[in-house]
Amino acid sequence: MWELLFQPFADFGFMRRALLGCIAVSVGATPLGVFLMLRRMSLTGDAMAHAILPGAAVGYLVSGLSLGAMTIGGIIAGMAVALLSGYVTRMTSLREDASLAAFYLISLALGVLIISTRGSNVDLMHVLFGSVLALDDAALTLLCAIASLSLFTLAVFFRPLVLECADSQFLRSVSQLSAVTHFIFLTLVVMNLVGGFHALGTLMAVGIMILPAAAARFWTTRISGLISLAAAIALLASFSGLLLSYHYSLPSGPAIILVAGAFYFVSVVFGIQGGIVQQARTVRTAEF
Amino acid sequence: MTAAVTFEDYSIGYDRNPAVMHLQTVITEGSLTAVVGPNGAGKSTLLKGVTGSLSPLSGQISLGTIQCKDISYLPQQSEVDRSFPMSVGELVAMGLWREVGAFGGIGRAFKNRIAAALSAVGMDGFARRAIGSLSGGQVQRALFARLLLQDSQLVLLDEPFNAIDAGTTADLIDVVKRWHGEGRTIVAVLHDIEAVRAHFPDTLLLARELVAHGPTEKVLTAENQFRARQMCEACSGPPHTCTRHPL
Repeated sequence: MWELLFQPFADFGFMRRALLGCIAVSVGATPLGVFLMLRRMSLTGDAMAHAILPGAAVGYLVSGLSLGAMTIGGIIAGMAVALLSGYVTRMTSLREDASLAAFYLISLALGVLIISTRGSNVDLMHVLFGSVLALDDAALTLLCAIASLSLFTLAVFFRPLVLECADSQFLRSVSQLSAVTHFIFLTLVVMNLVGGFHALGTLMAVGIMILPAAAARFWTTRISGLISLAAAIALLASFSGLLLSYHYSLPSGPAIILVAGAFYFVSVVFGIQGGIVQQARTVRTAEF
Repeated sequence: MTAAVTFEDYSIGYDRNPAVMHLQTVITEGSLTAVVGPNGAGKSTLLKGVTGSLSPLSGQISLGTIQCKDISYLPQQSEVDRSFPMSVGELVAMGLWREVGAFGGIGRAFKNRIAAALSAVGMDGFARRAIGSLSGGQVQRALFARLLLQDSQLVLLDEPFNAIDAGTTADLIDVVKRWHGEGRTIVAVLHDIEAVRAHFPDTLLLARELVAHGPTEKVLTAENQFRARQMCEACSGPPHTCTRHPL
């Protein structure tokens, strides 16, 4: 048992680093995922994750696989897409989902184009799917810093953020914080996606944000419960995903996300808050 | 009698199309006023103008001694996301925002006030229930409890009793009357003429322009109501065909 579950982490530094990176991503990103889900913005998270790519790619062009350049580029591109699509939504007749989709498709294509003209396929794979097993000190520090910063900011802005989600009309009527809160929230999402993309890649980063939140929704109706359960699911998924990838030589990013996906499916079926089994039971009680 | 809200040749609307034109009247402090008129008469737009979320196209509105933070507003379609994982107590506690702000704690005294507000709207013991489990009428009761905590000088209600059963309406009208007794100024957009006659001393009859404003029995005459309907029909075409009616 020890060998199966803990030996890989005891023996190999890269596994410990990977685990720490995943813990940071899980703790920082899942609360944001809960809010994205509650605001019906789950797909927005996905779009933003793709939007980061050209920024990271430009960073890569300028200075190769450099952590700092790719991070800054990613944050700039993510924020630009978030703000531009918000601007197009407000100024034109296009709805938010359409303008967001347009922007992220453009930036995804741009990103892939930039990387593939200048880099190798290995680099492209690195950016798209991350490299959790090759996190260096700088990357780990960055992930932990992002997680700490976003947890602290969430704690401070928790009440306005809840209100912004539940009744933004009311928040606007009593306070000036509505727009600020929305902007801070988007910034945190972009930051965590950029952090997550170092570990899991742009395509997988949003998975660790959304899947645990979606799974948790089937078990609890309290926001505190949602956040802690989602974080717990993300941690478990990271741990077991890394083990799976170690024992069966699977790519680690997808393995982690697939374990989270397994939690999601189990929750869909057996969840006590509107899961399939529970719904079927309620219908049967109603019939008799 | 001091003025709570003064409209001077006040026009308001969206995209330069006025919904209310050349309004010239005064809502006195402590009055309980019903805003009545046909569909499309600009009633809801007028309330949004008073909250300040919509700027006037021309003319002026002045709020006397009332400041923006002394206004509470219950919109026609409240945008409360009822699927949000939040308890009734938490929803009502939002009404304390102006006192506790984004970061202040909600201590025992505030909790007692939340419980008292819930009790005042007949929702004793609902504090821990999820808002998703409430009926439409119960949500409206909870929103009234939130208004109670906001403790505002000027209360604006946009069709507060729409799609709500008679029992709830009666309870909420009692709440409105208690506010009136406490000297607050209340402006409510209403459709139910009988309820207006029974409970609202003043009425402002609107048909994109002012038809009449004063004591309810003098305003809600058959002649005035007929005129209001005619004025609204005349205005239902493109904006430029709508000319000003002699009052």
